[in-house]
Amino acid sequence: MRAATSEGRVAKYLLIAGLVGFISLFLIFPVIVIVIEALSSGISFYFSTLASPHSLNAIRLTLLTALAVVPMNTIFGVCAAWAITHFNFRGKSLLISLIEIPLWVSPVIGGLVFALIFGRQGWLGDWLYAHDIQVLYAYPGIVLGTAFVTFPFVARGLIPLMQSQGSAEEEAALILGANGWQIFWRVSFPKIKWGILYGMILCNARAMGEFGAVSVLAGSIEDRITIPLQIEQYYLDLDQGLPRAFALASVLLLLSVITLAIKIGLEWRRLALTHLVRPR
Amino acid sequence: MNAVPTLAQKSYTPPLVETAPSISKPLPAPYHRHILPGFHLTLGFAIFYLSAIVLIPLAALLLKVVTPTRDYPSFALVVRHVYDTAVDPRSIHSYQLSFGLSFAAALLNGVFGFLAAWVLVRYQFPGRKILDALVDLPFAMPTSVAGLALTAIFSTNGGYIGQFFYHTFHWRIAYTSWGILIALTFIGFPFVVRTLQPVLAALSAEVEEAAACLGANRWQTFQRVILPAAQPALITGMMLAFGRGVGEYGSIVFISGNMPYLTEITPHLIIMKLEEFDYVGAAGLGFIMLLMSFVIVATVNVVQYFANRRGLA
Amino acid sequence: MSVAVFHISKKFEKFPALWDVSLEVQTGELLALLGPSGSGKTTLLRVIAGLEVPDAGQVTFAGEDVTNKSAYERKAGFVFQAYALFQHMNVFENIAFGLRVLPRARRPDSEAITKRVNELLQLIQLEGFEKRLPSQLSGGQRQRVALARALAIEPRVLLLDEPFGALDAKVRKDLRKWLRHFHDQTHLTSLFVTHDQDEAFELADRVVIFNEGRIQQIGTPAELRQNPTNDFVRSFLEV
Repeated sequence: MRAATSEGRVAKYLLIAGLVGFISLFLIFPVIVIVIEALSSGISFYFSTLASPHSLNAIRLTLLTALAVVPMNTIFGVCAAWAITHFNFRGKSLLISLIEIPLWVSPVIGGLVFALIFGRQGWLGDWLYAHDIQVLYAYPGIVLGTAFVTFPFVARGLIPLMQSQGSAEEEAALILGANGWQIFWRVSFPKIKWGILYGMILCNARAMGEFGAVSVLAGSIEDRITIPLQIEQYYLDLDQGLPRAFALASVLLLLSVITLAIKIGLEWRRLALTHLVRPR
Repeated sequence: MNAVPTLAQKSYTPPLVETAPSISKPLPAPYHRHILPGFHLTLGFAIFYLSAIVLIPLAALLLKVVTPTRDYPSFALVVRHVYDTAVDPRSIHSYQLSFGLSFAAALLNGVFGFLAAWVLVRYQFPGRKILDALVDLPFAMPTSVAGLALTAIFSTNGGYIGQFFYHTFHWRIAYTSWGILIALTFIGFPFVVRTLQPVLAALSAEVEEAAACLGANRWQTFQRVILPAAQPALITGMMLAFGRGVGEYGSIVFISGNMPYLTEITPHLIIMKLEEFDYVGAAGLGFIMLLMSFVIVATVNVVQYFANRRGLA
Repeated sequence: MSVAVFHISKKFEKFPALWDVSLEVQTGELLALLGPSGSGKTTLLRVIAGLEVPDAGQVTFAGEDVTNKSAYERKAGFVFQAYALFQHMNVFENIAFGLRVLPRARRPDSEAITKRVNELLQLIQLEGFEKRLPSQLSGGQRQRVALARALAIEPRVLLLDEPFGALDAKVRKDLRKWLRHFHDQTHLTSLFVTHDQDEAFELADRVVIFNEGRIQQIGTPAELRQNPTNDFVRSFLEV
């Protein structure tokens, strides 16, 4: 006899099989395809593609972009979470909503807004031209667009984490005579470091893979494009472009697999931590 | 208060509760002196950075839509051009495509996402944790990589699956709306699953047991007990997927072919306008997309507001 | 050291948490703030500690106005309701924290810190537990570590927020006795918040009864029992 609150065995196995099928077809299969296609012209072709000046340039610019964007968004995330979770002030819920804007807006808009400011016909276009400062189609533009798109990641992870931890330990430290830095580094930071890392990992993955915003801001000048744009360039190249595109895509794929692994590891760790924090 | 008063009696009985409080000076309006340090520093930096990266750039877009330029030297001409761009048949077609397909993808994800969340929450089976982790793949994978892979799978010419469909049914997937639909389903999938999972997990078995005891069969229980409880989360997840789909660019450009009036989405049209140096037109389309996002966010908030209110009642 | 508050009022959002509260705690006294939850007793304790700023009124320590002094300058020891132990630090580091964060000029050397922490561990009868993390302690042990941590900075007054709230009945009784004994030895001016009548009456020299942000009555347990001044006190003590 089956319990009144569960489906029959057949339904259960059908549902599980359906999910396995769906995930295999839509999520696992694309991953396998990238690996197969990347290696389709041979291992040596694969490595020579990655070692080509185009690829190396793109990898270098992508790393430089992430190196600027991730720390900026992390400092912002920690500041915003500190202010939001430890204090009451007017407009707090408005601030929380504003932080989420980039999640709701197309990445292309994230590029467009900076093009409208720094482009030749943008608000600052004439001034920048007169002073020979290049923002658009250059590193600063790519950094700004990427920062816009990845803006909320650290803050969004930290706010609920710090909210659940409350302010009691910080208040205890305050009464015991600790100053602001001491409270943050000795009491708060150890509690939130995994949360910060979690946000940084997500922010980094998104920053390195960002395509829409950077498409607008980087143009197609060869030595000023990031990995995703270089993938597109290879893709559009009719002469052996496809295996090259997949070879470079496999680098980003590896990044996303590592990201996923760290994310799962941290989620486990975080569960363990919350368990420690709330023993009852 | 200069001298400190004393209240040194051993047993002090304050005035009765009903009497008016004997406060010498009026109470100031509630003000906040913050006890923990760092309030001004952290809030100040947060607002500064938010303004620099998000608010001022968005304001620049809104202003662009109403400010005269060399090509459109008066307010009326700018607004006229923005309007013309917004209602241009090519634009209208791109909205229909972005909206219609994102909506279809959200519906698909509503069904598949619900089933996936249900299986992941309710059943124990080997490999469950791995499947659960894989749900995040579309979050973690760069959109362009996903787009490239999906194109390779579904293209008519040499695609792993696309070739089969084309030769057997003459059905083109890549470079048609079908391809875009697949890409949008791919990127939207985790949103529905991740919003539903906690709700389904929290739904207590007791409620279902009670329904069953009252004579409801499994389908009735699902329809009358489970679905209403999960509905707000389901709608929120679908709206999130929808919102993401409307703005999606990276995973679509490869698989769609970007043919005007056929498979061109609004973000692509914006990039085209910029490449033609039509900044005002691009800003106009950007403005339309912002409006769409705003409507979606507002809808999600309204859904959640009513869900909360029902939860309280 | 004596502690007094005069005409303290404090509003949260719209509802008043404290309304014109005046109270004096004698040197060496052990005083209980008793009342139902939401009656304002914890808020008063936090105002005295400097964790909450009153909208109006004055707080004095030994006759000196400390209303505008920071929590640390007041040198109050505070034991939080859920202890607020630093979860990632072991027992030793928790207790040593107040000494380690002193400005360099006044910070004791590590030997002196070890000596002081060991004294406190002896006092709370947890010698040998230095290396444990708070999560590896029982509720009663955590409570005593929280107390030792508060005492490490040699506070002028000890403030305890529901000190026995999260403990089971047996541990509660033992700790109560221990606290009374500790107070009899040190005569450190102490205030504790509780919603448990027995606890207040058994431990405290005097009991302050709170309701809806106001003091209803102050007196020794005997005075309160014999002579409740209003209906609230009478019905509250009957239950």
